[in-house]
Amino acid sequence: MAQTTPAGDQDNSAPPPVTPKIGTRLRSGIEIPTVVTADMAPDRSDDRPGEYPFTRGVFDTGYTGRLWTIRQYSGFGTAEETNERYHFLLDGGQTGLSVALDLPTQCGYDPVDPMARSEVGKVGVSLFSLAEAEILFDGIDLGAISTSFTINGTAAIIYAMYLAAADRKGVPREKLTGTIQNDILKEYVARGTWIFPVKPSMRLIADSIVYSVEQTPRFNPISIAGAHVRDAGATAVEEMAYTLANGLAYVEELRKRGSDVARFAARLSFFFYVHMDLFEEACKFRAGRRLWAKLLRERFGVEDEKALRFRFGVVCGGSSLTAGQPYNNIVRVGIENLAAVLGGAQSIFTCAYDEAFQIPTEFSAEIALRTQQIVAYESGVARTVDPLGGSHFVEWLTDKMEQEILTVMDEIDDYGGVIKAIEDGFLQTRIARRARERKQATDDQERVVVGENFFTREDQKPDYGEVFKVNPKAADAIMQKYEDLKQRRDDSAVEVSLARLQQAAAGESENIMPYLVECCHAYATVGEMVATMKKEWGEFQEPVRF
Amino acid sequence: MTLKNKRILIAKPGLDGHDVGAKIIALALRDAGADVIYTGLRKSPDYIARVAVEEDVHCVGLSVLSGSHIELLKQTLAELKDADAADMQVFIGGTIPPDDRDTLIQLGASAVFTAEMKIDDVVQAIVDSLKDQS
Repeated sequence: MAQTTPAGDQDNSAPPPVTPKIGTRLRSGIEIPTVVTADMAPDRSDDRPGEYPFTRGVFDTGYTGRLWTIRQYSGFGTAEETNERYHFLLDGGQTGLSVALDLPTQCGYDPVDPMARSEVGKVGVSLFSLAEAEILFDGIDLGAISTSFTINGTAAIIYAMYLAAADRKGVPREKLTGTIQNDILKEYVARGTWIFPVKPSMRLIADSIVYSVEQTPRFNPISIAGAHVRDAGATAVEEMAYTLANGLAYVEELRKRGSDVARFAARLSFFFYVHMDLFEEACKFRAGRRLWAKLLRERFGVEDEKALRFRFGVVCGGSSLTAGQPYNNIVRVGIENLAAVLGGAQSIFTCAYDEAFQIPTEFSAEIALRTQQIVAYESGVARTVDPLGGSHFVEWLTDKMEQEILTVMDEIDDYGGVIKAIEDGFLQTRIARRARERKQATDDQERVVVGENFFTREDQKPDYGEVFKVNPKAADAIMQKYEDLKQRRDDSAVEVSLARLQQAAAGESENIMPYLVECCHAYATVGEMVATMKKEWGEFQEPVRF
Repeated sequence: MTLKNKRILIAKPGLDGHDVGAKIIALALRDAGADVIYTGLRKSPDYIARVAVEEDVHCVGLSVLSGSHIELLKQTLAELKDADAADMQVFIGGTIPPDDRDTLIQLGASAVFTAEMKIDDVVQAIVDSLKDQS
């Protein structure tokens, strides 16, 4: 057509639309061949799901035995408002709860603290004491539903609070299922809700794992998470490498304390992001699953197959979502959901299309939930275990990613281990650089983001439909509830429990968990418990590097 | 496009731990020639104003992704005023709903930056703003 345009019109015509290139390279640097033939791919014909090294999945029956848990991250404002949203999601067919907590609860401040006031009830629900947890789980059977908490700096406290809430409801602890994230190492690298220095933080984690195995044997006391470093900029390979390195650091901590590694390893779980490259994501999980089993066996001599099972949850969306043409995000999350299933995830959270910029409305939250149900029950992908297994390309890429993950893990080892890399800010700097590269690649149109840097409209405005507003009265209501609690609780019981906590924190021999449960039962607040432990342990000093 | 001889403070007020945007902008401003100071996470508006004055910076960039941008901008501007630095230019970036962007400008922000903007455009806006100042 261009040739027929009269020459005189050329100056006025719009530039021709630029068509993006498909590209041959993954963001993690792997070059993808145009075709992978049988001779290029490893022979994996002996691999069986449910058998070491679990490349094809940790359970032999896949999703036919049990579907993944549909678990939407949710929480805002007061415990009453969030409880209402939970009933909405459960009535809609959600199968597990995932509690989003506000930043004061995550960072260990009471709602009235000057540092906390402007953040109360904003990005999650405020759980400043057991009194709020009792409201949050009102009308929900904790013995029947599994509950996941995205909580790290104050994970041991929130876990203690959950146990206390179950005690009050008369639910036996051994019936409790769910997960606390409890992965502090990645908080130092990304996400930033650290409180204490590394050493006492590692102790708290080890204490909670040991206590959980005894008291709540069906509960996951840690979810070692790569998701946040990924969303912060790391590649898929780095996400898996950093996570496995952190995982090994926790196992080492347990081993140092003389614990039976196999017994505790069986309760470790993992958490990742799923972004848009479908095969890279599916193969990341196949490679990570195999590598974890191999590393535990080779480095720690774990033989019990149950302890070698790499169980993980995922979140689909995050920084792969766009503010421009936001309804496109529904399609993105659908593809990511599929990648998670092809990778064999045990639990999936699909972001709502507006979730990158606001708390989802009921409308957007429902679409996110339905996305999972469509993948689960209409698409047919859940019918057979690891349907990608044996594909030349998939087995080739799985191997390739496994090698690349090991290379990154070796780099961390060469630096002096993951804890040193974190304390020095080495990993933080690396991720910041990666984030800049990704953003620059988007700005330069090397990375294609439909509706953002390609295929945009002239009149495109940031518009994502209904705007969710956190109830402006929620923060005041929470602060009022805090004052009320202080009036009605038994102060002497609080003081005694906090004094006992401090004593346990001062020593090194005792498990902290029973003392935290006691504090929760006495209605001590999160801020009080954290302040008590800070007296003994101090605070983490962030290495400020970029 | 240069920010040579300009001193810029990038700050994270409040409890929000998402520092990717802050670090991307800090790196870009440094590449553009600026002398960049980054506060690290969880700093109070009072602390940020104090550092801005002590370090004699030309402008302050706040990064907020927790939804508390209005309160934290107000508090930071008030602290700067108390520190006799009311004329300090303050930029703000993060997860800012479209409806709030005008509000932030009215409160006194020099510009509002969000994730979909190009890095070069953000740097250019700061260059232009500081040029007007001198």
